[in-house]
Amino acid sequence: MPRYIGMRLLQGIFTVWFIATATFWVMHSIPGDPLESEKAMSPEIRANLEAKYGLDKNEFIQYWIFLGNMVRGDFGWSFEHENRRVNDIIAEQFPVSATLGILAIVFAGLGGVLWGALTALYRNKWPDVLIIILVILGISVPSFVFATVGQLGIVTLNKIAGIDVPVAGWGTVWHMLIPALVLGLGTMAFLTRLMRTSMLEIVNADYIRTARSKGVPIAQIFSRHQLRNAILPVLTVLGPSIAGITTGGFVVENVFGIPGLGKYFVTAVQQSDYGVIMGTTVFYGAFLVLMVIIVDLLYAVVDPRVRLNK
Amino acid sequence: MTDTLHTSKPPLTASPGWQLTKFAFYALLLCVALLLLLGFLTEKFNVGATSTSAVNFEKNTITLSLTSEPPQMDSTRATDMVSGMLLGHIMEGLIRYGPDNEILPGVAESWDMGELAGTFYLRKDAFWSNGTPVTAHDFVFSWQTALNPATASQYAFVLYPIKNGKAINIGEAELDSFGAKAVDDYTLSIELEQPTPYFIKLLAFFTYLPINKEFYESREGNYGTNAEDMIYNGPFHMTRWVHDKDVRLEKNEYYWNNSETRLDAIEFGYITPDPNTALNLFATGKIVLAGLNAENIERALTEGWRIETHSDGSVFYLGFNHREERPTSNLNLRKAIQQVCDPEELVYKVLKTPGNIPGKSIFPVWLRGVNGFFRDEYPGPDHKRNVASAQEYLQKALDELGLDEPPSLVFLTGDSAFSAKHAEYYQSMLKEKLGIEIKIDKQIFKQRLAKMTSGEYDIVAAGWGPDYDDVLTFGDLFTSWNANNRGLYHNEELDRQVEIAQQSSDPKTRMDAMDRVQHILYEDAAIIFEYERGSVYVFDDRVKGVTRRSVGTDPDYTRAYIEEEVDS
Amino acid sequence: MTELSFRPVETAQDVEKTSRPSLSYWQDAWLRLVANKRAMTSLFVIIFLILFAYLGPLVWRADHTEQHLDKTSQAPWVNRNAILIAEEAEWEDVVVADPTGTHQAPMSVEVIGEARTTSVGLKWDAVPNAAGYRIYRHILEPKAGFPLGLPIGETEDRTHVSFQDRMDIQQKTYWYSVAAVDEDGKDFEEFTSVEVRPRLYITVGEALRLGYITDASKVEPGDTVLLDWHPLGTDYLGRDMLARLMKGAQVSLSIGIVAPLLFIIIGILIGSVAGFFGGAVDSALMRFTDFVIALPFLLFMILFMVWFGIEAGGSGIPAMVVALVLLSWPGVARLVRGEVLQIREHGYVEASRLLGGSNSWLIGRHMIPNTMGVVLVSFTFAVPATIFTEAFLSFIGMGVVPPTPSWGAMCNDGIRTMEKTPHELLFPALFISITVLAFNLLGDGLRDALDARLRSRE
Repeated sequence: MPRYIGMRLLQGIFTVWFIATATFWVMHSIPGDPLESEKAMSPEIRANLEAKYGLDKNEFIQYWIFLGNMVRGDFGWSFEHENRRVNDIIAEQFPVSATLGILAIVFAGLGGVLWGALTALYRNKWPDVLIIILVILGISVPSFVFATVGQLGIVTLNKIAGIDVPVAGWGTVWHMLIPALVLGLGTMAFLTRLMRTSMLEIVNADYIRTARSKGVPIAQIFSRHQLRNAILPVLTVLGPSIAGITTGGFVVENVFGIPGLGKYFVTAVQQSDYGVIMGTTVFYGAFLVLMVIIVDLLYAVVDPRVRLNK
Repeated sequence: MTDTLHTSKPPLTASPGWQLTKFAFYALLLCVALLLLLGFLTEKFNVGATSTSAVNFEKNTITLSLTSEPPQMDSTRATDMVSGMLLGHIMEGLIRYGPDNEILPGVAESWDMGELAGTFYLRKDAFWSNGTPVTAHDFVFSWQTALNPATASQYAFVLYPIKNGKAINIGEAELDSFGAKAVDDYTLSIELEQPTPYFIKLLAFFTYLPINKEFYESREGNYGTNAEDMIYNGPFHMTRWVHDKDVRLEKNEYYWNNSETRLDAIEFGYITPDPNTALNLFATGKIVLAGLNAENIERALTEGWRIETHSDGSVFYLGFNHREERPTSNLNLRKAIQQVCDPEELVYKVLKTPGNIPGKSIFPVWLRGVNGFFRDEYPGPDHKRNVASAQEYLQKALDELGLDEPPSLVFLTGDSAFSAKHAEYYQSMLKEKLGIEIKIDKQIFKQRLAKMTSGEYDIVAAGWGPDYDDVLTFGDLFTSWNANNRGLYHNEELDRQVEIAQQSSDPKTRMDAMDRVQHILYEDAAIIFEYERGSVYVFDDRVKGVTRRSVGTDPDYTRAYIEEEVDS
Repeated sequence: MTELSFRPVETAQDVEKTSRPSLSYWQDAWLRLVANKRAMTSLFVIIFLILFAYLGPLVWRADHTEQHLDKTSQAPWVNRNAILIAEEAEWEDVVVADPTGTHQAPMSVEVIGEARTTSVGLKWDAVPNAAGYRIYRHILEPKAGFPLGLPIGETEDRTHVSFQDRMDIQQKTYWYSVAAVDEDGKDFEEFTSVEVRPRLYITVGEALRLGYITDASKVEPGDTVLLDWHPLGTDYLGRDMLARLMKGAQVSLSIGIVAPLLFIIIGILIGSVAGFFGGAVDSALMRFTDFVIALPFLLFMILFMVWFGIEAGGSGIPAMVVALVLLSWPGVARLVRGEVLQIREHGYVEASRLLGGSNSWLIGRHMIPNTMGVVLVSFTFAVPATIFTEAFLSFIGMGVVPPTPSWGAMCNDGIRTMEKTPHELLFPALFISITVLAFNLLGDGLRDALDARLRSRE
């Protein structure tokens, strides 16, 4: 086992290196100049800026410098937030995104398993139909609408009940609930559908029949065999989802005014902020690789038949 | 799933439904526990406001929201409006603008300003928030820092009127040849490169703010990134800055004129670009000001909120690409397009919000002229949509260009929701009225700028906001030497008029020259005037004394106060 | 022993007759699909949507690009009766002599001529000591002491006592209030209001041009004409929503179906190969998958735009499909691999292998059909996700070119007007929901039909 984990971590480092390399070259090869600004710069001022960010050097040298800094865990300065280090941006905004993301993932995971099991249990009866319609609504309406509607809901609730639930901002448990629900909604809908499907497949699996014919109580079959096995696809999806969701959601952060990392992923590309693009991509990549390793290990825990590759 | 094998009904506790209920119960428990735990941790590590009210009488505090996180608060590097607004509250330059945009003494108590040189006498009661006095050296240091090539400040050009400013910035002169010198701690002498009649007004711009050298150097490159990485000399000082979350300003007791500061604190409690979020915050009594758009005006009306309008000072226009290889370099084609454009239709039917003014000139209505407003004295060209004349121009253009049918033109625009609608409006209008095919090229910010610079467009939706309170901030935009003239418009007469305005200090001569500029731009159809941007917003009218400006700190809360509650 | 020593067993004829003709796996699946009412209904809905997209514009001939700035954001049920008028008169300011008296607010405010949706002209009597007037517009009756509504305009001279409002006037009741303002620009306490209900008017010339009337001599000003019907209303620029939904269906359905289909195929192939072979193959493929998931989508989208040499105003759809396909398959691949890891441990796979099934046979016959459940779920979820990705990319200029609409883009536009004119969000969202629902139910039906293990049960 430790050898396997070590192996995976080593592979992970290479994966991250590939991600960084690909991103670096793509970033430099597409149009969009990080130093362009609304008010035009004289060539002299531009030259000053290029020198500051090291953009006056050959791209291969820039790549080397970048790699060297990356190994030391330093992503340099943001182009947009000139006096801030990319490391500081990640260190300050990620905990917020992670807090919200963990909640969202737990909502989505537990909700998905629960609703999915429910729909499978009551297949083609009204709970199934109702939940599936909700699921379809959940994925056919953009998350922006849910965020906006959720916020309007809070406003209305405050007005009617005379309470003071915040509509935006960050800092207390009340700031988390609705944004986390909105953030987890899409994943929850997907997991519900996935859970339903894999539950239904397992109903007919041989070992379930065996168990049933042996007279194992149906409830035990349900919880020991069906639920446990059906959860595997959910786990598969959760790995990358955790990385995706805990690094923040652009829409939810914007609408609820949450100081997370999510918006940097989008705005950095739009602003050609080289420092932040590289920093966030590598951070996300490393995080994702780690999550995938953890999920693969969990696989073996949940289903002993899945052999880890030696 | 039905089970036919078990004929006898199993006990409830053994049914899958019961199992699921149990699962749901534990899941809920887990969620609540996690929520509480995360909530506890967040609250424990949270710095900053969590729930504030728009107006807090006891604490004499108001709360507002910001549309974006200020990139940094280093005045030598700031470029954006949010930073500019905050800097206007926490710093003070030699002068500041008063409630009616009049020039008031700031750190400078008095001054003698000649045509080419001036001396500023600094007040001795101006202090930094760490108790050290604000001296002439702080100004010289800040300006030199901005001009230093190593700083790479984008706004260094604002300091070019000072002697050797440009030479230093491009590395052709040493820092000590700079035209601004501290004669002693409280006397600052400034030599200008050439006569600059509006120089005094420039001094209110954020690049002209002072920085304390000793403190700046002690931060080792981090100056302006956090509240504690700065010292302040303005009416307020920043006591907290949680990135992307909130900014808190408190009354600065070291400020020389702090008797005029009536609020104890200003809380910028939220940072969100979403206008609906801001409105919801306003609706729940969390902030005192929220912008409106065409879509949510009705909600504001139904709720009975106070709605106000404000002109933000910028001018929007369609810029043509005047490069020779482009069809838009043809005057008659530009005239044809100009003649079918109707700024009023654009404002009333497409923008749909009051506050915007249909454009008639490159000079917005708020600019001062000789005695009164420039546009009252020089109304600018008369324009009315004239489709027949447009078609004549188009025919002439086609003959000159040797084309049988109107060329298709690339319309470069940004990636906001409005820019798409705006471009589609022109696309449909030009197609219908002139048969000109428009290809809309929507680009994200930096790529749009790159395309403007390289000239890959025919028409571009552009705007210009003022840097200082003088006609020239707009007037020199289309001179052949201005790097912002990305369409490479070239007109010798216009260049000459701008030179006159730059060199003369007689207001009448300058304004006459600028009047020529607005007519040349129209006659030459160099650009098409669209609108002067305005905003509509809801405002909590318990707060008084807020100044809205078209140039400078906007909104300005430095003299704001909370009105006593009449009842209760 | 020679060959002749063995005589082939006579093939037994008519020994046992099966009650139905033997069906191949696919025939059987098809029959079960046809028998599934929900799935069949869904199939017809999908066919209908495709017809809606491609044949719809032939039936509903409204132009999806034509703008009607006089009827923007119109709900479907709005009154369409327009009153004919002669040509629009030029607007002229009303200027009166300097007033006398002590009143604080205009004695009366009245509408000049008719109140139209194109313009409402107001005039009032002058107020002494006023520096000018401020005109407000409200949708509720204004009360003293409360805000008067939207400040729609100002005049800067007390002798100029008229104002023309042209700002986005709809057919509903407005209250215009006029308040005098002092030198500092502050309103006087008192104000005067007038209730106005603008009506739809159309000039004879415009009616002729648009074909509502054919002969100008046969009509008189004051007659009513019925304007074009927009069954689903109009959008922000007054374009017909139905026509735009049809045109938008072409974009959204093709992208929303083609891209997911392609990337799911890639995902299945990579996932099943990785899961089936395991070991180094699995490791390599899965690490590659991780690599692809982590790539910043937007950056690569821009790269593909450049590679495809898409020029200004050119459609980014091909680049978008390529980007989506190349970057979106990892999710499916991981899911399929997970399933295959489980399936390959089943007894029947081992049995098949012992019977001499080749690897490709095992993958094609046993692995892939058994992963159909998760694959179909992924597909149905990828459809709306792709539709919204397209909308986002179009929004930032990397997708369809305006004025070509798409459902996702229409949704995005509609969100902003959600509270004021919900139909702009409702209809595109409804179409997306119907599409997703149809694919979901069809997917369910397909899964049931393809699932060999369900054969015995239904």
